[in-house]
Amino acid sequence: MAFTSEQEAIMDSIVARYPRKRSAIMPLLHYVQSISGYVTPEGIEKISEKIEVATAEVTAVSTFYTQYKSEPVGEYHVGVCINTLCAVMGGDAIYDSVSKHLGIENGETTKDGKVSLERIECNAACDYAPVVMVNWEFFDNQTPASVNQLVDAARAGNPPAPTRGPKSLRTWKQNSEVLAGLSDGLAGEGVSAGEPSKLGLKISREGGAK
Amino acid sequence: MSKLTPVLSANWDQADSFTIEGYKRSGGYKAIKSALEKTPDEVIQLVKDSGLRGRGGAGFPTGMKWGFIPQGDNKEHYLVVNADESEPGTCKDMPLLMANPHVLVEGIIIGSYAIRANHAFIYIRGEVAHVVRRVQEAIAEAYKAGFLGKNILGKGFDLELTLHVGAGAYICGEETALLDSLEGFRGQPRLRPPFPAIAGLYARPTVVNNVESIASVPSIINNGVEWFQSMGTEKSKGYTLYSLSGHVANPGQFEAPLGITLRELLELAGGIRPGHQIKFWTPGGSSTPMFTAEHLDVPLDYEGVGAAGSMLGTKALQIFDETTCVVRAALRWTEFYKHESCGKCTPCREGTWWLVQMLHDLEDGKGSEEDLAKLLDLCDNIAGRSFCALADGAVAPIISSLKYFRDEYLAHQKNGGCPFDPMKSTKFEMAGI
Repeated sequence: MAFTSEQEAIMDSIVARYPRKRSAIMPLLHYVQSISGYVTPEGIEKISEKIEVATAEVTAVSTFYTQYKSEPVGEYHVGVCINTLCAVMGGDAIYDSVSKHLGIENGETTKDGKVSLERIECNAACDYAPVVMVNWEFFDNQTPASVNQLVDAARAGNPPAPTRGPKSLRTWKQNSEVLAGLSDGLAGEGVSAGEPSKLGLKISREGGAK
Repeated sequence: MSKLTPVLSANWDQADSFTIEGYKRSGGYKAIKSALEKTPDEVIQLVKDSGLRGRGGAGFPTGMKWGFIPQGDNKEHYLVVNADESEPGTCKDMPLLMANPHVLVEGIIIGSYAIRANHAFIYIRGEVAHVVRRVQEAIAEAYKAGFLGKNILGKGFDLELTLHVGAGAYICGEETALLDSLEGFRGQPRLRPPFPAIAGLYARPTVVNNVESIASVPSIINNGVEWFQSMGTEKSKGYTLYSLSGHVANPGQFEAPLGITLRELLELAGGIRPGHQIKFWTPGGSSTPMFTAEHLDVPLDYEGVGAAGSMLGTKALQIFDETTCVVRAALRWTEFYKHESCGKCTPCREGTWWLVQMLHDLEDGKGSEEDLAKLLDLCDNIAGRSFCALADGAVAPIISSLKYFRDEYLAHQKNGGCPFDPMKSTKFEMAGI
């Protein structure tokens, strides 16, 4: 697949962010995923050309980081946190339930290409446990039933909005563009903070301990 | 002592707290004006005098770190903010950046000015799309307002700020691995010395600071050293974010003076979930040895937690009640370290695999008492034998759980498997679903 001149220009602008070209490798990999959904051989070659390092070096970096995928994932990539705290609070039960519900295991995608499943590590939202991420948006305080409903709605093309995020859930490719450092104009949507984040502030405003 | 002190979180209940207008309305971008009136050395001295220490885990004095940057060396200097927050249990920097990204941008301007850096970077973890959007937009707004770019506030100071998004690697929270990653390599730790202050990003003098450390700087400039020192304990000054999660009635973020205790925090959080008792907890993420009910009154500052045999870490207080199997918890954390070991050092790369295998057997009731000694011996051969502290963190949950709950490990063997019902510890059980 050839890249358009517009895509080439965006890649050049990503390279220009850094004092040294090679630093652009990670945002360029995110950008390739925003075009193809995963890191394609063509993408590796293009990045190698843009930053002037061997394709083997680009591949070495790409395969080190779990967010870069070597094969296509779903339009909605569902990550269930199974690190200790979330697992204990229900993440294990959620993972087992949604895996059975979808008929896929860790790292697999549904046949319709809509939903993929991943066991993810701590996602820095422990006060909202159990946490599920879809396309790296927060779905807080989940249950097995809520996640099964979530994936059903996503497969029907009507996923619910993230708990703390934009008004509607963007696709894997669209969010990969954000991770490449390109604005989608949605920063203003969603809450400033969820209730647990504001709990200390609230108690303080009420005058100390309850 | 139990009084909360919201500073960084003071505007999080405002609907537009993450915008430049919202931030300015709560006093934002005043600190850069007074900071840029001072000389860079005066700013460093002020931060040194405040006693601010790193909030990312190690607790190194921030001002001293800034002071290590050689001056007049005719080299580029860099400030790199570590926003890779990935330590299990740690959940303070992400809500901070979602609700109040401008306080970090303002802190970066001040810090960069102090260490004479003209290019700064924020290395943020990649699994948080909406936080990335908020930080990106805050940087764009700051450029537009003239707080970033050329000749900031007409003071002749130039600063470029670049947001760099990671891609899912815990190890990149380690500062030298982070620098390698930012340079476009696999994120693997470097041998030190040289330290980043001498040879950091692109082998130039570099300061790497945690989000919360840098975000604390504007408040110190605005309110003064005495104000900051009026909070906290003798050697642990100021306020900080404590994150309570797990089996508490009301989990959340609590900004309080350093030295508050878990007992006091639990009172604020409504206690352990009804009908249950605390069993074990981490003071600062999974890499800090766990505590039990006997540690409820340990002052949560750098010295207090250290004296009690653990580390303050990231102040990520993960609370587990009596329904939780400690072997299952230790195994899951070990699986995490195995997954995240970068593979550079053999004791960590191979050792974490061995640990997982042994813990699996123990959890399944297939272990023996001798295995416990072997497990500890393994830990002894893994900790302290690698470039970075990942391996030290990996053995912490195992050694500490064996110290307090040895009988529970043995009960698995007697029971022929895990004696706990995992459903009893879930939140659904809490809600009665």
